[in-house]
Amino acid sequence: MSDGEPLVRWQWIADHAAELADYTALHLRLGLLPVLFGMLVSVPLGILCHRRRRLYPPVLTVANILYSIPSLALFMVFVRYTGLTEQTVMIPLTLYTLSVLVPNVVDGLASVPEPVRLAATAMGFGAVRRVLQVELPIAVPVVIAGVRVAAVSSLSLVAVGQLIGQGGLGYYITRGLQLDFPTPIVTAIVLIMLLALVTDALLVVAQRLLTPWSRSRGTTA
Amino acid sequence: MIRFDAVSKKYPNGTTAVDGVTVELAEGAITILVGPSGCGKTTTLRMINRMVEPTAGTVSLRGRDIREIDAPELRRGIGYVIQHAGLFPHRTVLDNIATVPLLLGWGRKKARARAAELLERVGLPAEMAKRYPNQLSGGQQQRVGVARALGADPPVLLMDEPFSAVDPVVRAELQTEFARLQKELHKTIVFVTHDIDEAIRLGDRIAVFRDGGRLAQFDTPERLLADPADDFVAGFVGQDRGIRRLSFVRAAGLPLRDGPVLPVTSPVAAARALDEPWVLVVDDARRPLGWTPVADLPVSGTLADAALVPLGHTFSLAGDSARAALDSALLSPARLAVGVDADGAVVGVADAHELTAGAAPTDRADVAGSRTSGAGSRTEAAGSPVAADSAGGDR
Repeated sequence: MSDGEPLVRWQWIADHAAELADYTALHLRLGLLPVLFGMLVSVPLGILCHRRRRLYPPVLTVANILYSIPSLALFMVFVRYTGLTEQTVMIPLTLYTLSVLVPNVVDGLASVPEPVRLAATAMGFGAVRRVLQVELPIAVPVVIAGVRVAAVSSLSLVAVGQLIGQGGLGYYITRGLQLDFPTPIVTAIVLIMLLALVTDALLVVAQRLLTPWSRSRGTTA
Repeated sequence: MIRFDAVSKKYPNGTTAVDGVTVELAEGAITILVGPSGCGKTTTLRMINRMVEPTAGTVSLRGRDIREIDAPELRRGIGYVIQHAGLFPHRTVLDNIATVPLLLGWGRKKARARAAELLERVGLPAEMAKRYPNQLSGGQQQRVGVARALGADPPVLLMDEPFSAVDPVVRAELQTEFARLQKELHKTIVFVTHDIDEAIRLGDRIAVFRDGGRLAQFDTPERLLADPADDFVAGFVGQDRGIRRLSFVRAAGLPLRDGPVLPVTSPVAAARALDEPWVLVVDDARRPLGWTPVADLPVSGTLADAALVPLGHTFSLAGDSARAALDSALLSPARLAVGVDADGAVVGVADAHELTAGAAPTDRADVAGSRTSGAGSRTEAAGSPVAADSAGGDR
């Protein structure tokens, strides 16, 4: 960084406002779609693991191993199939969410009190209806706790995708480094943190709306 | 009616939960399954709605083998209440009660109207409808549990220790309400408990189970107390079964005598003339005011000047049992139970000996009962004079 260069040049931000908005939207998409896909995989997988407990340890082990693979390595693997596209970033991010979401779905289902499960069966709920109408709704607080962790970590991981040219706001970090110009770097970091905070806050609100019944007990996780 | 025909449940690990149970549960009556923990009573209950499938024998409901009926469909026609209510925490009280009607496709409006009606029926205020289960006390949750089980007005109700998780005061309240409700509804109820007192209080018939899932005795509460089939049942029913049995003897038939009863306007001399240690003072409508010890009476004047000792309590010839009468005698300072009529006027008095002699049945013919296993130890009862006097018959 050259001497005398301020950390933030406000004029640069003003000049690039429209472009920053585009990259912010892109960043959100790259960060949150994997969480959505992760949910689509984790809910059925979690239900399966809950019903067949023997499946759970191997599934969890695989999810954890996936999570331990460095993102760069995964990007390089998928580049061979999907090229320098958004998918190449989103597939690894989706896989990463599984190590948080699957256990939370399983724990959420396990949090359904045994008398409740028993009562549902005795009332005449079939297996599918029981899961959809009784067990999953009761699992929501625990599942959303997992979604919050997955969403925040996914939003911060997106920037790494800049290594293959798909990093959302990560673009400004590499740009700033190349140009030895701190303003885009600082702006991108602040925006990424803001996205994470706002997303997390919205998830908390969503949980309150979805589970009015749990409020009086004061549990949010 | 529910029929068990040589029903057994053996688990793959070799344990036998239920062993060759044959029993017929009467329609419109409360049958209690009672026994120590692990005796198979809950397993037996759950075989009625196919939550447990027997490994041998058949269970039939109104003549139909329940295995022919699809399990969820069968269950929607059978109410179920469990120990910790098991309410759905994510649904309001009203929607909890509406559960089965909704499953049956009644439509939301009709189901909720029915639920509101049931909420009132189990004695809960209408404003509770919108609350969530965790905002209710244990007793209230249990009431909602009962209302939910009644949702679609099923003819059969299964109850698995429904009142055992609440404190004794609430439990007694719930039992009373439950008995009242059953008088209106006449459901066929199968009720599991480990509490023999609850069994005797609520049951029309009681099935006593022993370890290994075998039925030890199936009988009315009176017969169970009067004539336990064997040492196990006698031990389970308890040492004071002779006294408890008096609950089934109505006070109306007890022998009373006039006793030392005087109106409050009587002169003191009249009390002395009776030559009794205690005199019961009554008002002009013969309602009892209290006992007075003759030795402490003033020299002259009327009984209005006498110091009165509280009665303890009286018993009503119209509604009370011989047990209440005996209790009244034991608590009375004069050791005399005071029997009153519906207006509270004294009918007569009796001491504990007279009461228990009167409560003893004379007819021993119907003792046989429906025993399921060998001859019991009749002499077991000899320790208590009440039981020894009353070891047979109904009243």
